[in-house]
Order: sequence, then C-alpha cells, then structure tokens
Amino acid sequence: MAPSVCLQEMIRVIRSARTQGEERGVIQRECAAIRAQFRQADSGGRSHNLAKLLYVHMLGYPAHFGQMECVRMIASPRYSEKRIGYLGAMMLLDEKQDASLLITNSIKNDLSHSSQYIQSLALCTLACMGSAEMCRDLAPEIERLLKASNSYIKKKAALCAVHIVRKIPELGELFTPSAHSLLSDKNHGVLHGAVVLITELCERNPGNLDEFRKAVPELVQIMKGLVTSGYSPEHNVAGISDPFLQVRVLRLLRILGRNNDEASDAMNDLLAQVATNTDSSKTAGSAVLYETVLTIMDIKSESGLRVLAVNILGRFLLNNDRNIRYISMTSLQKIVQTDHTAVQRHRGTIVDCLKDQDASVKRRALELSLALVSAANIRSMMKELLRFLSTCPPELRSHATSGIFNAAERYAPSQRWHIDTILHVLITAGGDVRDETVPNLIQLISVASELHCYTVHKLYRALISDISQQSLVQVACWCIGEYGDLLLKGDCDEIEPMQVTEDDVLDVLETILQSHMSSPTSRGFALTAIMKLSTRITNNIDRIRSVVSIYGSCIDVELQQRAVEYNALFKKYDHMRYLIMSSHTIMGFNSVTCLCVFSAPNVTVYEKGGVNLKLQCDNQTETAITVTFTASNSTQSDITSFTLQAAVPKSVQLQMKAPSGDVIPAQGRGTVTQTILLNNPNKASLKMRVRLSYTSQGTLCQDMVQIDSFPSPAWN
Amino acid sequence: MIKAILIFNNHGKPRLSKFYEHYSEDTEQQIIRETFHLVSKRDENVCNFLEGGMLIDGSDNKLIYRHYATLYFVFCVDSSESELGILDLIQVFVETLDKCFENVCELDLIFHVDKVHNILAEMVMGGMVLETNMNEIITQVDAQNKMEKSEAGIAGAPARAVSAVKNMNLPEMPKNINIGDISIKVPNLPSFK
Repeated sequence: MAPSVCLQEMIRVIRSARTQGEERGVIQRECAAIRAQFRQADSGGRSHNLAKLLYVHMLGYPAHFGQMECVRMIASPRYSEKRIGYLGAMMLLDEKQDASLLITNSIKNDLSHSSQYIQSLALCTLACMGSAEMCRDLAPEIERLLKASNSYIKKKAALCAVHIVRKIPELGELFTPSAHSLLSDKNHGVLHGAVVLITELCERNPGNLDEFRKAVPELVQIMKGLVTSGYSPEHNVAGISDPFLQVRVLRLLRILGRNNDEASDAMNDLLAQVATNTDSSKTAGSAVLYETVLTIMDIKSESGLRVLAVNILGRFLLNNDRNIRYISMTSLQKIVQTDHTAVQRHRGTIVDCLKDQDASVKRRALELSLALVSAANIRSMMKELLRFLSTCPPELRSHATSGIFNAAERYAPSQRWHIDTILHVLITAGGDVRDETVPNLIQLISVASELHCYTVHKLYRALISDISQQSLVQVACWCIGEYGDLLLKGDCDEIEPMQVTEDDVLDVLETILQSHMSSPTSRGFALTAIMKLSTRITNNIDRIRSVVSIYGSCIDVELQQRAVEYNALFKKYDHMRYLIMSSHTIMGFNSVTCLCVFSAPNVTVYEKGGVNLKLQCDNQTETAITVTFTASNSTQSDITSFTLQAAVPKSVQLQMKAPSGDVIPAQGRGTVTQTILLNNPNKASLKMRVRLSYTSQGTLCQDMVQIDSFPSPAWN
Repeated sequence: MIKAILIFNNHGKPRLSKFYEHYSEDTEQQIIRETFHLVSKRDENVCNFLEGGMLIDGSDNKLIYRHYATLYFVFCVDSSESELGILDLIQVFVETLDKCFENVCELDLIFHVDKVHNILAEMVMGGMVLETNMNEIITQVDAQNKMEKSEAGIAGAPARAVSAVKNMNLPEMPKNINIGDISIKVPNLPSFK
C-alpha cells in the first residue's frame, strides 16, 4: 500500500490543477484514497487523512464520510489525533447528526483528563457544537471546572457555561453562584469570561439582576484599576489597558444600571472619569469611549453627564476617520428615540453624511435622517432627502422612497407641497417605488381636487420624456384618464402653458401600450386611460375605438379581456359609456370592473300581501353577476323596516350592498332596491334563498322564498 | 456573538472558514461567495463595516472586515459585539499569526490551515472572544505544538522533513506576499520589512 500523502503535498497537487475540472478530479481521487484508508484503521497516518479531508471540506467538497472517523479520533489516546478529531467534529458535526451524541462520552472523559490541553479541546468543542442533551449531561462537570485553580481552564469553562445557558436557560441557576466569585480572579482572561457569563445570565433571566447588582462595586473597582493603572505591556493596546475587558465591563454596567437608581449612582463617578480621561486618538480608546457614552445614555445618569455624552458623539461625527463616523451614527440611532432633541442638534452634520462616498455611512445617515424629520424641519429635510435620492446607491433606493413618502404624509405642510414631493420622487426614482404605494398616491392625488390640473400637467410632461419608470407611468396614466379634459384645455395657473392636443395624448398612451418596457399592470392602466378619454375628447373617438379593438386580440389575457369589454361598451352600450367612464371613482387595478351589461328580463319572484319582489340579473363577467331586487307595495299604507337576507350555495360568494331604504311607500308610489353581488367561480348552478322581513299595518311579517332558476341567458 | 470568521484572498478563494452557527455545506459556500462579492466591491478608503447579504438579511448582524495585501479577514457579528473592538481583535489575530509563522504570508495560511484553526481556537471559542493577549495566546499554542511533536517521535519524521523543505529556498514558494505592506497602527511592534 502506498504511503499516505501528507497534507501539504495534497495541497500542492490541488493548487497545480489548472482548471476547475482538473481540481475536481484530483480531489475525487484523494477522497477515494482517504475513504479507503479510513476503512483500513491504519494507525500511522490517520491524523493526516482527516486533516486532508477538512481542507477539502473548506474548498466546498462533500466530506460527511469523515464524521465517524472524527468520533474514532476523539477517542484516541494520542494528543495529535484528538486535536484533529475535535477540529473535525466542530467542522463536520452538528446537533442533527447522530454521530454527535457518540462523542459525549469522550468529551466527558476528556473534561477530567490530567492534561489541561486535552481538557481545553473538550471544552472548546462543547462550546462550539454542544447540543442541548450534551449540555444537560455535562453541565455539572463545567460547573466543577469553574472552581478549578487553573485560570486557563477557568476562562474556557466560563465561556462553555455561556453556551450551555444559551441552549438551556434553566441551567443558569447552576452557574450563578460561581459566576459571582470569578470576579475576584486576577487573570484578565478569567475576568473577561466571568463578565460575559454574568451578562448572559442577566439577559436570559431578569430575576438575576438583583443578585448581580451587588457586584457593581466590584466591577467599578475593576474598571478603576484598568483606567488608572500605569503602562502595562501585558494587556496594552495603543495606550489603553485591556480595552476588550473595559468594553465588556461597561456593557455589563449598562445592563445592571438600567432603571435602577442605586446601581446608576454607584457608577456615575466612574463613567465621568472614563469619559473625560480616555484618549480616543486610536481605535482602542474610541471603542471604550463609545461604550461609556452608550452606558451613560441608558442608565439613570445625571443630566450633566448625559450632555457630555451626546457632545462626545457629536464630536465623533466630525472625525475624519470613516469608522468613527459610522459608529457614532449607529450610537446616535440607539438614542434618537429617547433623547430626540439632543440628537437634533447634530442634524446638519448627519445630513452632510448623506453625501459621503461610503455606502455604509450613507445607509446610517439615511436611517438617522428619517428618524430626525419633524414638522419643524420638514421642508429643509425633504430638500436634502430628495437631493440624496438622485445619487442614492441602488440597494438603498426603495427604502429611501418609502421613508420619504412616510415623512411627507406625516408632516406635509400643504397639499401642493405634498403633490410636488410625490411627483419629484416618481420622476427621480419611480422604478424603485414599492408597488403598494401606487394606489395610495392615486388616492392622495384624487383628494387634492384644486390641484388636479397642475398634477396632470406635470405628470404628462414627465411622461413624455420618460416612460420607463413603472410607478410614474401608472400614476400618470390614471391621472390622464381621469383629468384628461383639464390637460387638453391647455392652461394652468402654476406652470407655463403648453399646448396639448388629443393626438399628443393618445400618442403617449399608445406608446406605453406598445413599449417592451411597460409591465402588464402599466399596460392595463394605459388602456383604461385611453378608454376613459373617449368621454373627454371629441375628435378622436375612432382612433380610440380602433386601439381598443386591436387589443381585443392581444396575447395578454387581462388586457384582452379589458379590451373586449370596452369594445362591447362601444358597440352595444354606447349610451352607458358616458355614465361609466366619466365616473370619478378609483377603478380596481387588477380586476376588470368595467360594466358589461347584458339586459335580462325583470322577473317577479314573490307576491303576497301587497308586497311584490322583482329580480333582475346582470352578468359582469363569466363568473360575476349582479342581482337587483326591487320591492314595491300596493297596499294602502307604507311598509316599514323592510329588510332582505339572502343565502346561496357554499361555492358562491355573496356581497350585499346597502339597500336604497327600508320604507316602501304605499300604492306603488316608490320602491326599495337592493343589489347583491355574486361571484360564482365554479359556475355552479345558482340558487338563492331570500328571507323578507317587514312591518305592514302594525304587524311584523317574515317570509322566505326560494329562487331555483335565474333569468339569465348567459348560464349554460 | 461572532457568527462566522472568514479569510479569503483577492480572488475569493477561501483560506479559512469557521462558522459558529450551523449551516449546510452548500449554504456555507454560498455565504463565502456572497461575502467576497460584497467586500471586494468596497473602495480602499471607506469604513470597515458592511451591512447586507445572506448572513445579515434583516437581522442586526454586520460584516467587519480588514484587507491586508492579498487577504480579506471578515468577521460576521451581531449587535452584542463592539464593532471597534472586533476591528482591534482582527488586528490581534493577524499579529499573532505573524508571530507564530514568522513574517506570515498567504502561503503559510494555505499550507497550514489546521495550525491557523488551532491559533484561532485560543482566541475565539463558541462565537465568543476568549483571549486577547497575544503573548498568552502564543504561549499556549507553543505548548500544545510541543505536546504534539513529543508524541510524534519517529512517526513525526515525515512532518519534520516537510518543515525542512519549507525552509529551503525553492523557487516555487515565493515569499513576495507580505502582510506588512500596510502600516499597522500598534506602536509596540517591530517594524516590518
């Protein structure tokens, strides 16, 4: 048998492969050899084989066949084999595999091994991929190791305990007493682990807060020691003594001081000291200063201290280093809700950051700017936000447009301003506006009735220069259809006059219909607009008619259906066309709502005691049908409290409209009508049961009528 | 909590990938590709923080990265970590590698990825920062390596031969990639060549 190739040799061979295919071939051969050697249980090169497999795994090739080998290696007495076995376990195994349970026993044994390095392998693996069962099994061991004399083991056991608490929060009780005593250790690694453990225990279970608040004096002492100690090469980073530990302690103090006056008092002096004395010229000092500022803002600190903190953040906003600026904005975001006025003071600098080249800084600046918009600054802020929109990176655009619309809706100083803002956004970034906003915008425009002329003119002008932005196209088409007459009149107070002929307008709408850039929804809007214009123009009805009939054979089914029904309106129901097309209602966007009226006879379904109920049926589409009941009264006195209730088969959907009234005048002088909309998607045979209830001559009458056949010629 | 630590080169080839949360193999590779795509687009003088991508997507996770010559070191963390602290941690990691490998270069990481894992295991455990003191880390790593070597005995001969070969001046191992190209801001380090 050939001697096993060691890891470096295999890497060299893989690297010399010139194509992806060649590399794959090499790796397949190596994996086959490795698999064969796993089966051999050859003790010589076992760790090499697993190392090779892990390398191959990193490159993205399947390595699951090594899982059992990891289990075997972990059980080996040799350190080199254990080491690679544990590494393999962390990379290849997870809770979901059965193999992971098999290593529980090995871990348990190794946790009590005489060598601290073997103990540490077990601790590391447990903290990385320990499942809930493994954690439950081994928690007592970990608790024991927390009290070990060896600081190397103690610090690892502390972090392992954190992992256990994350998996099984109830086990936190087990570690609470030891966690507190770890704070008196001198070793920084142990202190660090202890602080992380206590932080986790407090966050998981707020009941622990009282217990650990007793540790605040100790934590303050630790911080004081770090801040005032002289230069110590051991833990020094850029002149700051162990900034990592300082940051952790400050974070824990924040959790303990929150909403608690006593704890906050105890740490006030320390925080002031750190805030004023820390040198922030390097990253390490800045990290500590930020944590201090966030802690000051989150606990119950004195107002003087809070002002100091916000000023520090403001100073950092002006720093040249982009990292610092980014972090300061992240910090300001955290406090903008609670300390709004303080953050407002820095609005100018934040808005300037919108122009920064760095996309991450821009993102933070956008979030913060949107949070700072208020009624007082809406005009100036919107100017900045709109300017930002034109240079905004693509990944932020839809968020920016939504934010702008929200802000505009909340704080718009006037309707005209609001409409202008909407138009500006549609023109600059109409392609990134979320689809749901189009109906909202149409609603807003339709409500601002004095501005219809202005709006339609502006939208028309935007449309003739660019039809690629779908939201703009949709809103513009709707406006042109609705207010086309205002557009054609030519003059408008607020903008220079522009002569728009009927042909011009129809040209634009037809271009949209034919353009490959238009989405199906936009096409629908354009067709509907053309149709609506047929009632607002005089000279080009034929042109409209021919467009509509062309689209009657369009491939897009929605468009075709619309066109066919509009066609029908032209042909059969010209007298209805004005009525339907000139109504100023918002048309349903995704469904065809055009009324296609097929007249049907009016049938009497109920006649009793002078009350006559007639039924008329109109088909909207193949599955939608409008049923109109007309009730009349031939008795001598009025009928009051007239109500109808209707029931239909399960597959049919029913919607009752409001009745015209509930009093039927006597002697046929008037009627009550009730419309019911039905949707019959399965085309089931339509039946209806109607219950009438009314008061006639002082008596309450109730009756039921079953309608088994409907007088509609369309149903087959 | 640190969610993942990735090292890859300027072409996106992974040199180290450590995930502290479980993902399938395919997802892991996708994450590596996507992270490379996001990070390689960044200019040289922008900030070291990134938001966006699969690991992030709607959560409060961030990518914190540093670019040294041909390698990107990327840490994906959640909001419980101090961003500037992680930036310093990357620095400590790189300096530790430099001490352990004597003027570390990309080839060292390629051929000794298991050693890099061992060093990392002394710094970050279960997604949490364990030790940040460089000397302490190196002491422990050295002691463990000694343990392994003493166990090896005769069977360790091939490994020792390989390290002898490595120290020979073979033309196929150019040491022209040096992390020391970029000036590192920690004062108490010897100056790089």
